[in-house]
Amino acid sequence: MEEPRPLLQLTGATVRFGAEAAIDDVDFRMFPGEVHSLMGENGAGKSSLIKAITGAIPLDEGELRLGGEVVRFRTPHDAQLAGVSTVYQEIDLLPNLTVAENICLGREPRRFGVLDWSSMRTRARAVLADLGLDIDPASILGTHSLAVQQLVAIARAISADVRVLVLDEPTSSLDVDEVAELFRVMRDLTQRGVAILFVSHFLEQVYEICDRITVLRGGRLVGEYVPSELLRIDLVQKMLGRSVAELGTRARPDSTPPETSPVIRGEGVTRTPGIHNAGVELAEGEVLGLAGLLGSGRTELARALSGIDRLDAGIITISGQPVDLTSPRKAISFGVVYSSENRRTEGIISELSVQENITLALQAERGILRRMRPQRRRELAMSWIEALDIRPADPDRRAGTLSGGNQQKVLLARLLALSPRIIVLDEPTRGIDVGAKVEIQNLVGELADNGLSVVFISAELEEVLRVANRVAVLRSGRIVQTLPSESLTVDSLLALVAQPDEFSEVASLSTAEPDGSGE
Amino acid sequence: MTKSLDLAPRRAATPSRYATFMSRRASLMPTFAAVAILLVLLISAQARFPKFLSPGNMSALLLDNAYLVVLAVGLTFVILTGGIDLSVGSVMAFTGILGASLLAQGIPAVVAVPAMLIAGALIGLLIGVLVQYFNVQPFIASLAGLFLARGLAFVVSLESIRVEDTFVLWLQRTRFNVGGWYITPTGIIALLAVAIAFYVLLWTRFGRTVYAIGGGEQSARLMGLNVARTKLMVYVISGVCGGLAGLLLTAYSGAGYPRNGIGTELDAIAAVVIGGTLLTGGTGYVLGSLIGVLVYGTIKKIISFMGAEQAWTQIIIGALLLLFIVVQRVIVTRSQRRR
Amino acid sequence: MKAIVKHRLFWPSVALLTLIAINTIARPQFILITVRNGELYGALIDILRNSAPLMLVALGMTIVIATRGIDLSVGAIMAVSGAVALTIIDGSAEPGSLGTVLIALVVALVVALVLGVWNGFLVAVVGIQPIIATLVLMLAGRGVALLITEGFITTVNSTPYEFIATGYLVGLPFALLISIAAIAVVALIERRTALGVLTEAVGINPEASRLAGVRARGIVFSAYVASGLLAGIAGIIYSSNIRAADANAAGLFIELYAILAVVLGGTSLMGGKFTIAGTVIGVLTIQTLEATILFLGVPSAQSPVFFALVVIVVVLVQSPRLHSWARTAMKTARTRGASDTGPRAKVAS
Repeated sequence: MEEPRPLLQLTGATVRFGAEAAIDDVDFRMFPGEVHSLMGENGAGKSSLIKAITGAIPLDEGELRLGGEVVRFRTPHDAQLAGVSTVYQEIDLLPNLTVAENICLGREPRRFGVLDWSSMRTRARAVLADLGLDIDPASILGTHSLAVQQLVAIARAISADVRVLVLDEPTSSLDVDEVAELFRVMRDLTQRGVAILFVSHFLEQVYEICDRITVLRGGRLVGEYVPSELLRIDLVQKMLGRSVAELGTRARPDSTPPETSPVIRGEGVTRTPGIHNAGVELAEGEVLGLAGLLGSGRTELARALSGIDRLDAGIITISGQPVDLTSPRKAISFGVVYSSENRRTEGIISELSVQENITLALQAERGILRRMRPQRRRELAMSWIEALDIRPADPDRRAGTLSGGNQQKVLLARLLALSPRIIVLDEPTRGIDVGAKVEIQNLVGELADNGLSVVFISAELEEVLRVANRVAVLRSGRIVQTLPSESLTVDSLLALVAQPDEFSEVASLSTAEPDGSGE
Repeated sequence: MTKSLDLAPRRAATPSRYATFMSRRASLMPTFAAVAILLVLLISAQARFPKFLSPGNMSALLLDNAYLVVLAVGLTFVILTGGIDLSVGSVMAFTGILGASLLAQGIPAVVAVPAMLIAGALIGLLIGVLVQYFNVQPFIASLAGLFLARGLAFVVSLESIRVEDTFVLWLQRTRFNVGGWYITPTGIIALLAVAIAFYVLLWTRFGRTVYAIGGGEQSARLMGLNVARTKLMVYVISGVCGGLAGLLLTAYSGAGYPRNGIGTELDAIAAVVIGGTLLTGGTGYVLGSLIGVLVYGTIKKIISFMGAEQAWTQIIIGALLLLFIVVQRVIVTRSQRRR
Repeated sequence: MKAIVKHRLFWPSVALLTLIAINTIARPQFILITVRNGELYGALIDILRNSAPLMLVALGMTIVIATRGIDLSVGAIMAVSGAVALTIIDGSAEPGSLGTVLIALVVALVVALVLGVWNGFLVAVVGIQPIIATLVLMLAGRGVALLITEGFITTVNSTPYEFIATGYLVGLPFALLISIAAIAVVALIERRTALGVLTEAVGINPEASRLAGVRARGIVFSAYVASGLLAGIAGIIYSSNIRAADANAAGLFIELYAILAVVLGGTSLMGGKFTIAGTVIGVLTIQTLEATILFLGVPSAQSPVFFALVVIVVVLVQSPRLHSWARTAMKTARTRGASDTGPRAKVAS
């Protein structure tokens, strides 16, 4: 049902963090009674847009209108009072209190200044029944599953006359039945004129429930579309885009791997809930790309291969020997190193200097007693700064002050200083400017030429194809296919990553036998 | 994940009464454990010492530890918000000697007693301001309070001061007898403190905000609850309880003594934790803290009956505390794994 | 000049020197050092000697805090180690013999080490919060010490043992030499080996350190062991000084003073970068402050009031809120007269 006037309208929205714009001149609108999806890969600006709508951060430029009137939210509480409620992935409720309290607290019924428990329970029961939910109001919230807690969060939102409901990745931890229940509740709400912003990376769900889709990429608006008029593959292409490929790219690598046994091999690699029964192998000097959308299991597989997370099932063999990678330290001793996609929290130690960051892993490996002499540390840091062109070339600079690209280089220097055999790079070029991106891509190529084996994860398919010898395509926690990169184009890879069944021509494209258990 | 592995219907028949009970009262489990421990202690003590469960003994159990009950009540508020207050023992000593000093100078009890409570409240206010408005860790802030109170106690007097005031002595000397059981006004005050705290925590928005802060300060703020004022108030409450405990202890011993209460905060914290309140905040009951104090008192009594050294009390309480903490940690890791 | 002011030891040193200056102005003989029989005496020497127990405990506390932890049990460990040593000496046939004393020392230190291992186990292996884990020993430890001394204050007459706290070696108080040796050993281990930088990494970002292959668990564990051992030595010096094992009074509140010394010296309670020199200055400052208070005629029992004020001042100075108040206050002062509407502050969430 569409009324001519949007319920929520954002025009020319810009949010800046320092010099970079998280969203730049974005227009966005929602009509009453519709389910609207916001799509984009990591770094596209989704969370900034949501925060701007819900009052968590102010707009640097642009205007927000609710019901036709200009509003300016200073706190999320302001937004809530105006009728814009959010249910976050990490439920913002109180697990130690009862369901009724979680629904009513903040505007609870009181009698003579004292809490009216029975009235609270009645009100909660009414709200829950309204949504068709059978949850005991007197039960403690924490005893329920995440799915139920989410529904209680929604109940709280609607108990306060919500006009716009934002659901941030609500289905990540739900099973099929729970998702169906959630969708039923959502449809119920739209009948009453509530506009729902549904943020999810599950394409099938978006297509199932949404009336309209807005796509962001790199902080900018790509467009607003109706699902029935947009092919899945086109949606994915709009999300991932095509990056500029002109800056001195390396020649496509020779994709016939030498006939030696693999340097590292994983069979049946399983870690619930992220990755299930995956099989990979990597030869010396080979670059294996992992391609897939958010939530497909790329990071989980990478972490399992590098000993960051323990396996629930499966075997990893290095040079033919089965190994039990119980810790990152153990993995490093076997020559496997990992560069996390969360550069800031799991990679760079911001308060330490560039030099200290670079020498950290090497020092840890040498042990406590064999301290590196200060000159040696200096030499090492300087040589890596030079080799990777880290700027500013100041080894005593606090690592947290460097740009994303240079931080990634510092992280790479730290790992390369260990002289590893296998390096697992998780989204190394995310959030980095184009020039630095290409530098890192070329570096990966050089490393492979020198005999290093590389696992390379990126959401940008063109990058994956340019860098990798072979590409493993992941979907929903499984490896679907592993193909030589020269047999793929960006379009065909896109198709694989999105939804293969609709495109029978892709099935005939696969020339190599799929590794592991495909679907 | 959106894999359809589970084809069974999601909602079973109406959940059993046990399941409903557990989902409503899961957080009571630790307190039940404390009650169980108390009963075990009492029963085994009675088995060993036939005169243990006499009305006289049981009455004394409450009255000997009335001051600790009050301290534990105040601490419960603080710990429920996830904070801690190390100053309570020193505040008790300071207000005690302050009151004794005022009374000795001829100031009437009707002025001296409120002065004690206000002094406690002021120190609590200081700690609360440091924690809430200057983002100082509760540990450090209450440490400052501890130093301040302890030093001020000695500023008031370096030696103990006897109390001759009739009202104060009446608090302790009077006994209301029912059969062999008796209770003094100090005991009544202690139980009243428990009752008031129980009511506040369960029936007022302030009390629920206390729990909410322990459950998630950010979420509580987002819900529109007044987190700042509540966090400040819990430390004031703890300070007032420190003052009240000072009154009770002074009445009990007939004198104010600046060296009182050294280490008492640890006993109070142990009592609160044993009573089922998690040190991480959000879960716990003030009735549990009362039970915790009774456990402490029972152990102390058993030790004295056994003729063993009082030092064993501290060791056993420490061991019990450790047991509860380890169990709490195991439960937490188990539930995190499930998520 | 700017480099000196910006150095993190600048303000702690200034504080200490100011205190010393004030004292000297009040009584010039404060900085007087006399030599008698080849041994140094004077108010400054007293401060250096009396600071030994606190110095040792604060060194251990620095390392523990660097790992983002805390050790509240050091006072109790002091009490236990003193109790063990004195009970052995008291119960032996020859309390005055060097052999007995050496045995007593070794046993006491082993016990202290075991208690440190206990703490390390709870924190690094079981994963209990440091405050809570060490609270257990803080509670139970004194009880253990009381048991060992059977509730009495055990006194001994043992010349070798007394030497520890009151004797002189090469002209300096023996206790001071222990202090210096401890500082030297800790500084060497932390800075000459890689332990210091790895500890800092663990304290700042334990997860990133783990991913880089740092043995975080072992580092945290050994921090508590070190703290326990140092507390054990402190306990021996203390009991040697009073020639008795007083389980209730030994190390009372010392953990709080140690934390204060660490904070004064510039190490952050949030863990990470730490400074041993800073802690040394912090300890000396506290000790000098204590001496000043005593000199002013204030009974030592009342001195905590001053330290409360010091704690409050230090945390206020370090508090970000105060900095933002100061900044806004300076800004309003500067823009008074000129009207401007600056941009609203960005609240990054």
